[in-house]
Amino acid sequence: MPEREKDKSRAKGKTTVEERAKPLIVAESLYKSFGDNHVLRGMDLTINEGEVLVIIGRSGCGKSVFLKHVIRILRPERGRMLFDGVDINQLNVRELTELRKNFGMLFQGSALFDSLSVRENVGFYFYESTKIPIGEIDEIVKEKLAMVGLSGVEDIFPAELSGGMKKRVGLARAIATEPRVIMYDEPTTGLDPIMADVINEMIIDLQEKLNITSIVVTHDMVSAYKIATRIAMLYEGKIIEVGTPQEIKNSQNPYVQQFVTGSYKGPIDVLEG
Amino acid sequence: MNQRNTHHQGFLGLAERVGRRIIGGFESAGGIAIMFWRAFYNIFLPPFEIKRSFQQMVRVGVESVPVVLLTAIFTGMVLTLQTTYQIAKFGAESYIGGVVGLSMTRELVPVLTGLMVAGRVGASIAAELGTMSVTEQIDALKTLATNPIRYLVTPRLVACLIMLPVLTAVADTVGIAGSYLVAVFHLGIPGSAYMKTLSMIVESFDVLTGLAKTVIFGGIIASVSCFYGFNTRGGAEGVGRSTTTSVVSSCITILLADVLLTALFTK
Repeated sequence: MPEREKDKSRAKGKTTVEERAKPLIVAESLYKSFGDNHVLRGMDLTINEGEVLVIIGRSGCGKSVFLKHVIRILRPERGRMLFDGVDINQLNVRELTELRKNFGMLFQGSALFDSLSVRENVGFYFYESTKIPIGEIDEIVKEKLAMVGLSGVEDIFPAELSGGMKKRVGLARAIATEPRVIMYDEPTTGLDPIMADVINEMIIDLQEKLNITSIVVTHDMVSAYKIATRIAMLYEGKIIEVGTPQEIKNSQNPYVQQFVTGSYKGPIDVLEG
Repeated sequence: MNQRNTHHQGFLGLAERVGRRIIGGFESAGGIAIMFWRAFYNIFLPPFEIKRSFQQMVRVGVESVPVVLLTAIFTGMVLTLQTTYQIAKFGAESYIGGVVGLSMTRELVPVLTGLMVAGRVGASIAAELGTMSVTEQIDALKTLATNPIRYLVTPRLVACLIMLPVLTAVADTVGIAGSYLVAVFHLGIPGSAYMKTLSMIVESFDVLTGLAKTVIFGGIIASVSCFYGFNTRGGAEGVGRSTTTSVVSSCITILLADVLLTALFTK
């Protein structure tokens, strides 16, 4: 499909998403500190079903910390985290395990299990938590690897893979359970621009084909503009602006402007981060 | 006045540091106890982690055999040489079998096995889990709806609880064999006298209390090293730090537990 048509169909997709915007994940006034470091300071954010929400912000501003709150790897000191209207911090262990089945996560460093082969990594959930026969798991693994453009790597161990391949295997593992939400922590960091774009296309593809809700944390603005339905900027523990890529690009907020243009001049203290 | 203030602050600073260390120590002790308990009750909840427990038993037990046996055989030999030299002054060298056998089975072999395994296995557990923690693999387990305590800690705990007494039993035998060789072939003590005093003085209670201690040592090694592994922060340096802390804490806790258990068993 020519690029322009693709963009058009994407834009069309976005309008429908906005029309039937249904909040799926809601963060209400989250506070989180590590010692004296107050990372989240009353963060509010709503993520709608079927959208790609990109969270931008400086390194160390709490973007990844927020992702970990969404599936209760971390718990807030104050505030609520809702999924489908349910406060996830009120769930018991069994309910939490059920909740986590709705999520897939691509970690910054891929977080593949070193001691397991690619096959065992991608099929991990099925080997560990289901009674699906091995042959069927192999099929699922093959199919998910094909979705991220890999084949014949099933018996390789993570240490033998390149950075880009690790990300793709990590993504295959994240989508293996067909989750409703996929969270991407810096999906393009450390990749060459071409591989970064391959990952961008994959994120868009998954959202279009499977209507998966995506939360992407990044400071790569090229990627953010390309994949986002909406962009939210996190600064000093709060979301200071949310909007479509166009709105963010034209934002009047000097903090947002400084960040998206990548300038060292502006209200954001360069030494602070 | 100024000087007094500095002194005052210096004292407060010291008190604060000491206080922090003490609170930190209690926090770690609490964390280790909680980790032990969570891993322990998961042993009894199906589905059982049999395959992974066996894998860990091989790593903890089978792979530790050479170092534990070497320690035991040399200790048995040295102890025999030293003790014979001392008790010969009273003409009691024919009792060497019993004397060495008793100190080996009750005390030395269990503690030395515990310390050797704490060094070898504890370090490897802390480093492995520490690396998993800093590379977010433990978080990844959670996102895949897997309980990391059950998946990682329980098999290691099972392996340590079972393999420490097994290693100790083998080491008891090899240590006494080493002692016998030195006593009979180097010091010229009759083999029959050695065996007679050994069976006369060492009772099965002595051997069993020695083995029972090592079950506790196994629990300490697994919980302490898993706790420090799980709580590793800060990249490669953090992994190094938690490995060292884990070995030191395991060893000290083993020695402390040994005092308490010996006091209990000798009542």
